[in-house]
Amino acid sequence: MTRDIFQPSGQIQFGIFFQGVNSGTIWKADESGSQTDFESFRHIVQTAERGKFAAFFLGEGLRLREHLGRPHALDVVGRPDAQTMLAALAAVTRNIGLVATQNTTYNDPADLAHRLSSLDLISGGRAAWNVVTTDNAWTGANFRRGGYLDHADRYKHAEAFVETAKRIWDSWETATGPARHVRHEGQHYTVDVTPRLPRSAQYRPVLFQAGDSPEGRDFAARQADVIFSAHPKFDDAVEFRRDIVTRSVAAGRGANAVQIMPASEFILAATEQEAQEKKAWVRSLQIGPQQAIAYLEQFWGRELSSYDPDGPLPEIDPVVEETSETRGSGFHGAKARQLADQWRAEAKDKGLSIRGFVTSKTARIDSTFTGSYTAVADHLAEYARVGAVDGFNISPWLIPTGLDDIVNHLVPELQERGVYPTEYRGTTLRENLGLETPVRSEESVRVS
Amino acid sequence: MSSNNNQAGFLAIELDGAGYWNLSAAVLAAESAGFHVATFKDAPAAGRVNALQRAAFAGPITRTIAVVPEVDTVYTEPFHISTQLASLDYVSGGRAGWIATAAESPEAAAAVGRAFVEGDVLAQEAAASIEVGRRLWDSWEDDAVIRDVATGRYIDVDKLHYVDFETPADFAGTPYSVKGPSIIPRPLQGQLPVLAAASLVGEGLVPVDAVDAVLVSAPTAELLAAEVRDVRARLGAAVAVVAELDVVLDSRGQDAAARLAASTESGRARFAGTAADLTELLDSLLQEADGVRVHPAEVDVDLEELSRLVLPELRRRGSLRAPIQDGSFRDVLGLGPADNRYSTSAAATAAGK
Ligand SMILES: Cc1cc2nc3c(=O)[nH]c(=O)nc-3n(C[C@H](O)[C@H](O)[C@H](O)COP(=O)(O)O)c2cc1C
Repeated sequence: MTRDIFQPSGQIQFGIFFQGVNSGTIWKADESGSQTDFESFRHIVQTAERGKFAAFFLGEGLRLREHLGRPHALDVVGRPDAQTMLAALAAVTRNIGLVATQNTTYNDPADLAHRLSSLDLISGGRAAWNVVTTDNAWTGANFRRGGYLDHADRYKHAEAFVETAKRIWDSWETATGPARHVRHEGQHYTVDVTPRLPRSAQYRPVLFQAGDSPEGRDFAARQADVIFSAHPKFDDAVEFRRDIVTRSVAAGRGANAVQIMPASEFILAATEQEAQEKKAWVRSLQIGPQQAIAYLEQFWGRELSSYDPDGPLPEIDPVVEETSETRGSGFHGAKARQLADQWRAEAKDKGLSIRGFVTSKTARIDSTFTGSYTAVADHLAEYARVGAVDGFNISPWLIPTGLDDIVNHLVPELQERGVYPTEYRGTTLRENLGLETPVRSEESVRVS
Repeated sequence: MSSNNNQAGFLAIELDGAGYWNLSAAVLAAESAGFHVATFKDAPAAGRVNALQRAAFAGPITRTIAVVPEVDTVYTEPFHISTQLASLDYVSGGRAGWIATAAESPEAAAAVGRAFVEGDVLAQEAAASIEVGRRLWDSWEDDAVIRDVATGRYIDVDKLHYVDFETPADFAGTPYSVKGPSIIPRPLQGQLPVLAAASLVGEGLVPVDAVDAVLVSAPTAELLAAEVRDVRARLGAAVAVVAELDVVLDSRGQDAAARLAASTESGRARFAGTAADLTELLDSLLQEADGVRVHPAEVDVDLEELSRLVLPELRRRGSLRAPIQDGSFRDVLGLGPADNRYSTSAAATAAGK
């Protein structure tokens, strides 16, 4: 069955991930603009649209990151609500998709489904939901229900949540109704709602998923249209594709049913050498001396400000056994002492200072494409040829001008190679991504 | 804000009837007509999209008109509401407000799997939500983002504050707490103006000082001015008073009476008739109230008449203020800069530092 055999599209697309938090976005350069002014968002989304980007993404974090018990002071922090910002951006754009990262733990399914469908209608069929599963009790302190969800339950919960949302979106028979009643009774919540909104031009919001565990991948293979993956490097991307194809075929969907767009960062220039110089400059601003120390403090659980960022890793041991979870789920649960020993050995081995070591450890390193416009374009064309990915989700390291050179130089190179769209295919995100119209979700009243 | 006898007032228009498909045309028409405020209704109804998102969509395409959605306080999360409204203030350049509603709705309760509440509990839920919202808006001081390259600090952590909200001991709903700080810096206006129905505000209800303006309804147009006076007497001069009026105008060769038949009963005072008579009514209402909110029977039809015949005449008479280009919603309501309850610089100033 050809449906079960993956067919590369030969194309790649771009999305932009406007982070709004963390050390990836440089705030110390002269060109660094505001992270919250609407004009920053307008500039970058309109640049992306000029470059025929498929989608504009906003992340979500519902509690500020902390460092040694206080809000973390060193990195960019403070960002608008995703859907409110995207509704505003819908008014100043025409074709680009608008993707809101929204978690399934601190939202109510009927309310979230209604808001996403509102965004979809307002934007003329350009909305998407990047489904994430925040489950830490620490975020729960900002919400009525507190930190109620066990780690083990989060994807079960997410799946029931997404299915309920789909049934809400699918309940209008025509553009004007009538709507079916949707009921869900589950372990964590009950929903009993008469949906209010008709289908949008793209039928219902596109679903992205970001999460990498086996449960997360299976969930994506069953429910998502696109995975926002953490695997941009070529071999890794090919392997991730193979894994997702297997899972989506097993889930009864076609081999091409789920698209993949890894997180990525581009550092580009006219020549390889200039690009490498630029990279050193970008890294020095992303991980300054204070960030390097603070990074280690997260794992050591103690103040390390007396250590020289250009000297070796601290010889004293961490005061905590498990590393703090307050910095984000990626850091959760590592054995601190063991990790410290390992890191000291590794840094010594490679002759790295604290700063050099931390720079080598931070997540973005794996997702960076550095080089001349032409070399990077050649490299990306290879991804397109084998179908390693369907696109890349670019996190610009500069706001609001961080996409300018990508749009001005890299995009034309890719278009010349025939691997990147020269026009939007249509006005909806689903059309622009080349996704099929979704099958209507099951109608029956379901109790689980 | 004080009673504005003999001062020019402002006009708001409810744009729910424009739907989402006609939204930009409607809000631009309202702005160029000289309305000061556009409001967006949000009770559950077929075809109605989220009010806050409609307001957000209207934000960047306008310059002057305030964008003010209804947002329910009972079945929605206070943390989400606060962030969404702060974000609305950013996308509208400081022209956002909030009509805080308290849904007495079994459907709204069932949709989110919560117990239905009614009566006094509604005002308690509303008061708690407004308090959470306001504390979170203050949880970043205005100058918290410092971008200090020398010390590597993007923010001054001393200028961020946990809000540590707890529902009061006599809270009739399910108690809850909210930690904070907000995930977005303080809104451009510092505090967004909060509006609520006058029936929700007062002794034993939402405290008067929690809101900046109240919306006053009466069963008929004749009774409206008297109701405005009563509410002002009851709540004092600190809140702005906005009179609510349904409007059906003679238009496009059809008289209002004929168009009236097609419109539905709202419980608000209703005017039906000519533009000239409406001008007289609004003129007299604006002597009593700080502003009037007009609910047009059909947005495009009635807005056209309002724009051509009513607002210009009210401005000529001096009973309607000119809109403030690039002004904030606080400016429309005559509110000064909002103090920050957590402000360390204010405390330092007070201490004579
Ligand atoms: C590329 C990428 C982007 C993510 N962005 C967000 C985000 O903005 N907000 C959030 O709460 N979680 C985000 N997540 C976290 C995931 O939702 C998920 O909680 C996390 O990856 C753990 O899930 P897992 O165990 O399935 O990997 C992101 C994950 C990935 C891989």
